[in-house]
Amino acid sequence: MGLLDKQLNDGNIVVTKVEDLLNWARLNSVWQVGFGLACCAIEMMATSASHYDFDRFGVIPRPSPRQSDVIIISGTVTLKMALRVKRLYEQMPDPKYVISMGSCSNCGGPYWEHGYHVLKGVDRVIPVDVYVPGCPPRPEALLEGLLKLQEKIRNESIVKKSA
Amino acid sequence: MKSTEEVFEILKGRFGDAVSNLVTGQPVESYFSVSPTEIKNVCLFLRDTDELLFDNLMVLSGVDDDNGERKTAEDGTFTSVGGTLSVFYHLESTSLKQKVTLKVSVPRETPDLESVAEVWRGADWHEREAYDLIGFNFLNHPDLRRILMPYDWEAGHPLRKDYKNPEFYQGMKVPY
Repeated sequence: MGLLDKQLNDGNIVVTKVEDLLNWARLNSVWQVGFGLACCAIEMMATSASHYDFDRFGVIPRPSPRQSDVIIISGTVTLKMALRVKRLYEQMPDPKYVISMGSCSNCGGPYWEHGYHVLKGVDRVIPVDVYVPGCPPRPEALLEGLLKLQEKIRNESIVKKSA
Repeated sequence: MKSTEEVFEILKGRFGDAVSNLVTGQPVESYFSVSPTEIKNVCLFLRDTDELLFDNLMVLSGVDDDNGERKTAEDGTFTSVGGTLSVFYHLESTSLKQKVTLKVSVPRETPDLESVAEVWRGADWHEREAYDLIGFNFLNHPDLRRILMPYDWEAGHPLRKDYKNPEFYQGMKVPY
């Protein structure tokens, strides 16, 4: 578990790798873009609220993409919105992550066949790190999606490029 | 409280042939047709006459009647030729507690009809939606732009029966 299981040689000294330190810091403060699209956004807000308390994992909604690490695509991405989603993503500073929440943003969901206005998966415009299934996913599912993302960040390397 | 039949008779006396085709006995509301050029005058009359006072346009919606000829291409898609598109107006009088439904049919090739946005301000966005999705041309509308689809959508009006979705929009693949 990152830093916490490292040997403490002295009361005030922790020995670790720079990489582990960076990853530990990053994965425990993934700030999200304060951005919601459809009914999934209601579940996302419930996840942020006191009962599920997204903040205990360090997820805080930020009012600007410039201050954010993760964008949760919570809902149906219409073709009109897709251009805006792409712009928001491009405005975020690196390293940046994407959680695709719910069937609509995963693959078009119920609009896959007759949704003339729906983008069939947000991964057609921006790269997605974690897909959370559900329609909409329960807060627990979104929390697990975040834990998956944290696992991904924990294994990142500043030297090796991840795929 | 006036029934649709009574409203129809009043309008018949005032506008003559501009109102026609009273349909009753349906499982849905009774309705009658109004000519596309007279609809605004009829609506003003319905709103301002003391015994009618239809002050509220509850909804304005468009329909592709799909009564034209279908020309099927080799790939199975078809184009509709002829026939009509229709706009339905659901009016309500909040003071007299009465309702009436109007229908305006226009030819598919020239879907022009008078806007009622000046009669009820709420009609503005409803007409924009009907224009966006079915493609009516509301004459004298203050701001007839698309309201739901992107402004640069070039593939036509999606709720027409012969609508074909494009392969790409702004570099994004549209079909599944």
